[in-house]
Amino acid sequence: MAETPQQKSKAQLDADFSELYRAHLRDVYSYAYYRVGNHHDAEDLTEQTFLQAYRHFDRAQRESAGRPLRPWLIRIAHNLAANLYRDRSRRPASPIDDTTELAASHTTEELVEGREQLSRVLEGVGRLPDDRREALIMRFALGMDNREIARAMGRSDGATKVLIHRAVKQLEEMVGVLGVEAETVAGADSGRRGVEGDE
Amino acid sequence: MSDAASSFEGLLHQALSPVEPPEDLVRRLEGTLTSLTESAVEELEAWELSAMRDPRNWVRPATAVVVGGSAGVALVLLRTRHRAHPRGRELLGARTAAERAVGDLRAHTRRLLDR
Repeated sequence: MAETPQQKSKAQLDADFSELYRAHLRDVYSYAYYRVGNHHDAEDLTEQTFLQAYRHFDRAQRESAGRPLRPWLIRIAHNLAANLYRDRSRRPASPIDDTTELAASHTTEELVEGREQLSRVLEGVGRLPDDRREALIMRFALGMDNREIARAMGRSDGATKVLIHRAVKQLEEMVGVLGVEAETVAGADSGRRGVEGDE
Repeated sequence: MSDAASSFEGLLHQALSPVEPPEDLVRRLEGTLTSLTESAVEELEAWELSAMRDPRNWVRPATAVVVGGSAGVALVLLRTRHRAHPRGRELLGARTAAERAVGDLRAHTRRLLDR
């Protein structure tokens, strides 16, 4: 079959794909990492995402009509992650490794407090319903705007805006509760230590 | 937006900071993508030369070109390479690789023709 004028040459497609890969490798990896909760699965997911994207790149490029392809890439990662959970029948663990990097100017006390707060946020993110968690990852880890998130999730712009608003609200409440729980546990521990010390 | 909401969103930005992909993943992925683009051309040529001696195969190169356009051939070849060279493609001779590629391409092409 002869190549139509609309179809790009293989070399041009490969060049375009390389550009897409370079521009969005970190986005796909970040999404995968926060979605699955560990580096091992995140690496697999990232690799599979780009292989699948390569396979369908020609068509995606034609159908995108010049719009950014990041939402399409993230949608591929989303579908693959969903398959991963279906196969393994499990949810992601909460990633907390990244809370170790805080500004060096903080005092030790601030550092510990900041780390605990970030851990609670990440724990809360892990407990959110899937669609809310994904929307927050796309917004805050990838910096996607409402329109991009809407395209990646197959929703309207309005529905996406509401989804993100509700996700932030729910998370804020959750983190507050987690903070109170943590303080209660810490208080009980120190109380117990006091009682034990009195005996 | 209230200060509290704004500071919570700041916290979210900090908690969900972008994660850099590990170096070994970058190397592996770039190697895979490079071999996808290079091997598709090289091995398709090798297959065409041998397959064209048999008139029954004349229809297949045409199909393969179509498949090549959509990168299907490249992926078939990648699968072949992975199966044939789990620890490095240099271990297997070019002839064996080409034969395996032909086998996979035939199967893939047959599936396409059967659609």
